[in-house]
Parts: sequence; structure tokens; C-alpha cells
Amino acid sequence: MQNMLTLISNVFRGTASKNGARAVVSTRSYADFTPQATFDTKKCELHRLDHGPPQQAVLTREQGLQYYRTMQTMRRMELKADQLYKQRIIRGFCHLYDGQEACAVGIEAGITREDHLITAYRTHGYTLTRGVSVKEILAELTGRRGGVTKGKGGSMHMYAKNFYGGNGIVGAQVPLGAGVALACQYQGNNKVCVTLYGDGAANQGQVFESFNMAALWKLPCIFICENNQYGMGTSAERASASTEYYKRGDYIPGIRVDGMDVLCVREATKFAADHCRSGKGPILMELQTYRYHGHSMSDPGVSYRTREEIQEVRSKSDPISMLKDRLVSHNMASVEEIKEMDIEIRKEIEDAAQFAISDPEPPLEDLCDHIFSNEGPIEVRGTNPWMKLKSRS
Amino acid sequence: MAAAARFLLRSASSKGAVSNVSGGVHSCLGVSLVKLYPSGSSTSKSQRRNVSHFTFQPDPETTKYGPTQKMNLFQSVTSALDNTLATDPTAVIFGEDVAFGGVFRCTVGLRDKYGKDRVFNTPLCEQGIVGFGIGVAVAGATAIAEIQFADYIYPAFDQIVNEAAKYRYRSGNLFNCGNLTIRAPWGCVGHGSLYHSQSPEAFFAHCPGIKIAIPRGPVQAKGLLLSCIADQNPCIFFEPKILYRAAVDQVPTEPYTIPLSQAEILQEGSDVTLVAWGTQVHVMREVATMAQEKLGVSCELIDLQTILPWDTDTVCKFDSAQKAVK
Repeated sequence: MQNMLTLISNVFRGTASKNGARAVVSTRSYADFTPQATFDTKKCELHRLDHGPPQQAVLTREQGLQYYRTMQTMRRMELKADQLYKQRIIRGFCHLYDGQEACAVGIEAGITREDHLITAYRTHGYTLTRGVSVKEILAELTGRRGGVTKGKGGSMHMYAKNFYGGNGIVGAQVPLGAGVALACQYQGNNKVCVTLYGDGAANQGQVFESFNMAALWKLPCIFICENNQYGMGTSAERASASTEYYKRGDYIPGIRVDGMDVLCVREATKFAADHCRSGKGPILMELQTYRYHGHSMSDPGVSYRTREEIQEVRSKSDPISMLKDRLVSHNMASVEEIKEMDIEIRKEIEDAAQFAISDPEPPLEDLCDHIFSNEGPIEVRGTNPWMKLKSRS
Repeated sequence: MAAAARFLLRSASSKGAVSNVSGGVHSCLGVSLVKLYPSGSSTSKSQRRNVSHFTFQPDPETTKYGPTQKMNLFQSVTSALDNTLATDPTAVIFGEDVAFGGVFRCTVGLRDKYGKDRVFNTPLCEQGIVGFGIGVAVAGATAIAEIQFADYIYPAFDQIVNEAAKYRYRSGNLFNCGNLTIRAPWGCVGHGSLYHSQSPEAFFAHCPGIKIAIPRGPVQAKGLLLSCIADQNPCIFFEPKILYRAAVDQVPTEPYTIPLSQAEILQEGSDVTLVAWGTQVHVMREVATMAQEKLGVSCELIDLQTILPWDTDTVCKFDSAQKAVK
């Protein structure tokens, strides 16, 4: 860190005459940064709770830089996926997460890697926070053997340790999440399962079946509704009789959280995790967030909302800008440091994209593997009765 | 394109031979036909697409139903729905995103023309959509429910099989939901992967009480859909999504019906019968031509059209099934 700053200082010393203030900042050393600061977060609306998460969050410099790095990596990764899709290197379906980075990063900050998480099809962000490298994510998108699911899953089907995907059918992951929570309870390992779904999925019957089971058996399940205002092309108020998704759990306590503020999400997740770990049963969180892209790459995203709306959210509530402003204004990081990080991240993404483009596709022998668990290979019918393919496992 | 074609080898057997044939296809005929296809282990891009290749072949223009207009498959569906809403004041169309026209543009313009009380969106809940549709139909209105992709029909499986199919029977004909028609885009499209490519007709094919129809092109789509809507039994109408834009034909603008449970013989032949439905009919057309040219085999091509109840007579009747007694 010290060397990097010295390097930057040397570079900027040349331009110091241009802007006196900047010269001062650039010669600052590591020890001059504020190690931590306390920030106010928006009050969370509560349902069936006497008190909610604290309205103040302590952020250390390390945490701030780590959250920034992860969110920026996520953002650039999604934009790279957009680019690759338009170049037709990525095919099929691709649901991008940019705009919602604070949700994934905040949730991960509030739980541990040993806790469990399951989400729907907008997976790239969570795959990253659950420990998969950008290289593997992009290679999975391009369908290569270096991908996290060996090139057979694609955008919607990415998995990792304690991350159960990655589910294409809307709402189908919610009962699964409740089941994982049951396993945590049964094994008595003090873990929770974070079960995510969207504002569109909130109207699926199986979600309410899961609420009932989780509440009845007091499962350590944190249900999180990522409300990005639109279920594909339908705005939330046109699909839901009640858009207060945090109250839809009825007998399950709920919190409504500002999903664009990574600290608010983190504090709420910590609060929810404590609630579950103490045996009080499930809890429901609604994250109010926004996606910049359309529902998927085949949706321009502007036929059901205005460009002005997207621009407004981008300029006023962008999660990455918000964190950056907080860090810089409280002297926890310098603009140069962050710029340097941006450059590193850009390079990382470029390298990952290169890998994703150049890695070979999975061999054709892999096609029928893992349909069943077999002892010894079995024959699988191809597209006509005489085309026999082999399933090796 | 799973299971959309069967080879029925002709032999001196009785009408009930269909069930026996499914296993025994290891004839030299079968093996030589396989050789016409590139083997599964080739990896070059052009060859890889061959197994899901098809060319839509329109039917010769028919004038028996009145003036025709050039339409593709989704436009022919829109035309059928337009005719229905115009003639039947109780008809309603509902499903996810149908109001703006639907994700495949099958319902474009209908809401503006007929009103938002007749063409409306439902939230994201397939079980709810079909259950709701059954109720609408039982109460006397013509319900046309859309499931956005056939892959999503499974939450509604219980409603279809346990409720819709058995309503008339269990109420001793006091009630029925014959006014219900469920439409869903169906079949593989190349990039659909697990959940936008499925052909689930086989799951429903053994359920008495419902009817299933799958068209091979725009002319059949409109005719079969109007038959499904008119039929006094709950019907599922699967629309091959890859044909929505690829299949263009001259389609009559007036309403007309193609009878259900009636297969169509597209090509007469004497050696082998090919039975197919949906997109695969066009593949089979090419197969029949190739078989004739390269092997000298005369194929009879039948488009099944209605999967349940299927036209056993046309497929297995003595003249067709027994033609190749050599």
C-alpha cells in the first residue's frame, strides 16, 4: 500500500502545479486515513417487531475498500457480460445484476461463508460474493469448460459451496431455501439460510407455503424479497395487491430495507441472522433496490419505464457512488486509491473475459453426464432412437 | 425435439400393432437412415446445428375457408383470438403479460380493441391462472388462459389433471369446464436451454378428460385453436415457439375449424409410416424426401395434430398400416 501511494505521489507530483489541493492529497500516507467511521442509515420500517436494526453502522477502512472492490468488480463484470452478449459470445439467457450490487455485498457482509444462500436466476452477483472467481463466472456464461458449472449450467445455473444457485423457475427456490434452513436446524449448527426471491415471485403460491412451514417449525430462514420494482416488464403495483412485501409474511416479522445502501443491508442482515440464530424462527426482509438493465439481455428495459427514471436512480442512489462518496468524504480512502482499484478491477475483468473467450467448450462426452447417479455408464437416447449417447456418471 | 416422431415398421400385424412396435426398430432400414444424419461426435459448428435443423414448408394455399392473408404463426393465433373475442361476448384472455401483446406478440392489439376487462394480465402464478381459468369456465364464460412457456405449466399440473379434467365426470355432468382453453408456447428453439424448450405433452397425454392439440403451421394453428376454444372439453393448445416467426403461410381471415382428433396424411406412401407433430413434421417431410431419393423407400407422413385423443384410425387403419405388406 505504501509503495503504491508513493508511486501515485510521484506520478501526481508532476501535475501538482495544476491543482494545489490534489498535490496535498496525493502525498498523504497510509497512516493518515481514518481507520473507521460511523454512518447513519435509513430507518427500516418494521412489521411485528418492537425494534429493528440499528440506524448507525460502523465501517472500517478495510471493510469499505473490500465492499467497494466487490461491488465494482460485480458492476464491471456485469457490464462485460453485456458487451460479450452483444458480441454474441454469450448466448441464451443473461439476467444482469447491475444496480443491485449493494444487496449481494451487504447480505454477504451480514452472514458468514458457512451460512447458506439460495437465489433465483439473477445469480452473477451472488456467485461472486459466495466465493467464485470472475474468471469462472464469465467462462460459465460463455459455456466453456472452465466455468463454475463446467459450462453446462449457463447464466442461471451457477453454484458454489453453501450457495444453492441459480434457479430458473420463478419462486421454486423458496421452498428449497426453507428446506435448507430445516437442515441447519436439524443439525444444530447455528447456521441460517438466506432465501432470496423477487417482487414478481412474491405472488407465487409456493412462497406462502414456505412461509407457513418456516414459521410453524421456527426454521432459521431469512426470506429476502429483492424488490427492484419490476417483475420482468410488470411494475410491482400492477402485479401485487400489496406492495409492502415485508408485510406479506403476515405472521412472520418483517423489515423494509434500503437496498441501495450496502451498510443498511449489512446491518439489517446481521439483525435478521441474529433473530434466526436465537431460535425465534424466520424473518422477512424486503430490499428496495433497482436494476439498470432490463429483465434480461433481450429486454431493452425502457418499454415499461422511462430512461429518465433509470438516470435518476443512477445519479442519486447508485450504491457504488454512495459508498465511494462516504469513503472519500470521511477521509477513509483517497480518490487516487479508488481509481487505482478501478484500474486493477478493469484488468481483472479483461483477463477473465479473455479466459472466457479462449477456453475450450466442454467435450461432447460430457453432454449426458449427471442425469442420474449411476454406477457404471448407462446409455441415453439421443435425438433419434438409434443415436445412443453415453452417460458416464 | 423429443419424441415427436416414430417409425412404424409395416408388417403383417393387426390394428393393435402400434404398442408392439415401440421397441423393435433395429432394422437395416433404421440403421441406414441413421447414416444419413451426421454422427453425434462431430464438433464443427455447421454440423452441430444439423440435428435441430428444419425448414418450414407451407401448405398449398386453401381457398375453401374464404379470402386468405399472409400471416406467420403468432399472427394466425392473434387472428383466431380476434375472431373469438368478436363473436363470443363471454370470451376473455388472461395470462402473464398478455395485455401489451404477450412475449411472443400473440395478443397484440386485442386489449385496445376489446377492452381491458376482456384481455388482462395476471400476476406470476401459474397454478392460480389455471385454477382461476377453471372457475371462469365453469361459470359460463369462455376462458383462454396463457401459460407463458410450456415449461412453466407444472405448478398448474394439479389443476389441469385433478380439477379441469375430472370436473364433468365427478359432478355427474352437472358442471364442466369445457369453456377453458390453455395456450402455451412449446418446444425447442435452439437457445432455450432447460426452461424455455420443453415439450410436455407426454405428461398430459394419458389424462382422460382433457384434449391436447399441436399445430405444424399458421393455417393449422388458427383452425386447431378455434376448434379447441369451441370444444366443450378443457383443451391445451401448444404453439411451437420456433415457428412463431419462421412459419409464414396464407391463412384465411374468417374463422374456420380443423377438427380435433383428426390426423392429416400429408404424403401417401407404401413402405413406412412417419407420425409427427409440431415442428418435427417439417423435419419428417425432408426425411421422407431423402428416403425416397436415397433409399427408394416410400414414406407415408402423418401429422397427428391432436395428441389426445389421437386419431388411431388414420394411423393404424388397415390401408395405412398394412400398406407395406411385402
